[in-house]
Amino acid sequence: MSPSGAEFIRQIKSQISQVDPSEVHAALAQSNGNGSIAIVDVRESEEVARGVIPGATHVPRGYLESRIEGAVPDRSQHVVLYCASGNRSALAAKTLEQLGYENVESMTGGFTLWKDRGYDVHVPRTLTPEQRERYSRHMLVPEIGAEGQQKLLDAKVLLLGAGGLGSPAALYLAAAGIGTIGIVDDDVVDLSNLQRQVIHTTDRIGVPKVDSAEQAMKELNPDVDVVKYQTRLDASNIMEIIEGYDLIVDGVDNFPTRYLLNDASVRLRIPVVSASILGFDGQLSVFAPYDGPCYRCLYPVPPPAELAPSCGANGVLGVLPGTMGLLQATEVIKLVTGSGEPLIGRLLLYEALGATFTELKVRRDPECAICSRPPEEISEEEMGVFPDYEAFCAAAG
Amino acid sequence: MATVRIPPVLRPSVGGAKEVDAAGDNVGDVLRALADEHPATQSQLFSDGGDLNRYVNVYLNDEDVRVLDGLETPVGGADVLVILPAMAGG
Repeated sequence: MSPSGAEFIRQIKSQISQVDPSEVHAALAQSNGNGSIAIVDVRESEEVARGVIPGATHVPRGYLESRIEGAVPDRSQHVVLYCASGNRSALAAKTLEQLGYENVESMTGGFTLWKDRGYDVHVPRTLTPEQRERYSRHMLVPEIGAEGQQKLLDAKVLLLGAGGLGSPAALYLAAAGIGTIGIVDDDVVDLSNLQRQVIHTTDRIGVPKVDSAEQAMKELNPDVDVVKYQTRLDASNIMEIIEGYDLIVDGVDNFPTRYLLNDASVRLRIPVVSASILGFDGQLSVFAPYDGPCYRCLYPVPPPAELAPSCGANGVLGVLPGTMGLLQATEVIKLVTGSGEPLIGRLLLYEALGATFTELKVRRDPECAICSRPPEEISEEEMGVFPDYEAFCAAAG
Repeated sequence: MATVRIPPVLRPSVGGAKEVDAAGDNVGDVLRALADEHPATQSQLFSDGGDLNRYVNVYLNDEDVRVLDGLETPVGGADVLVILPAMAGG
């Protein structure tokens, strides 16, 4: 005769290791977050929303087999599973043993007993059902998950330029759920932009680019709070505009603003995801002040007019800013969620005609005019004072 | 012969090529050979005093020659020199 459900669970419990919440509590205090013990919550999302053991990873039991390797890749890792009362976690422990996990325990009494004992409970911020659906494909990626998605929703990212690079970056960052996207551009949509600036549309020709970009982003994802700056970034407004953003996406089309941005972002310690394009060539790097080189470490002085074609009218393959802008968006998401290896101290060159990528090392310059000094050594009087880059650009034509 | 990668802004000065071969035992020799062959690159690469212009980055394979031995950095036949100017297009 087949056992009842309750009998089956009893049998399973006799075959696995169980641990009292007091021992888990003590082990967690001892490990002090060093990762020696992995706490896995196997309950459903609605239960997790009401509170979890601090530091626990959520892997619903229904997805245990497919997701546990992302959450706990090392099968020799000490794993403690819990659910509400200790039944589902016992079944899950049996499953993990069958998957080859060597040191698995199920916490008796589950989260209910943990809470009754008065131990710490973390109540996670939760996504709405609509957000869980919208970002479901992010949730399934272990490197992002619910925690990473929350970071994206909390992030404030400033896009400089709603042009070739800014268009794809803005669309994908809005789609990814970046909570606040600032966008700086003083231009209006022109017919000649539409070969590459895909955030704009033919019926919005003549509309300010910040308004056109806002409309497209809001239509794609109403979660996003769009902050518009219909102005040209200059020494008088840069500190005010960029302060408070977590990251800046540099897609501007001229050297003066790139140097100005570098100096201001180093002073405010805001990382810049920088890309530039010309013809069939693109460059990409992440300038994270004091963690890596800054733009001036790479390019201490701007090139003279004849080697600075960006100040004049130049052609570009329409899809090239798409490629480079999306690489920028990718770096933003990595930086916000803390996943992967960001392109800090590395310069990526893309040459579309040859379909080649080249990676070069970028070192911090110990004599860098800007980032060799700590920002706090720069006096208030110096803040916001920059060389006359406008004269340079005028000379470059 | 080392391979020298030519950036877009210098390609008109070398007849449109993306890469050229140039002979030399060190970075300076290779670049001077390039400038001899394509005189239009001379003033773009070198200052009047013969130093590399500060706004031109040169990489030996993936490393900036300034953190190596600059123009004196030895170059082998299989090496690639990348000439890299800043670009500002967006």
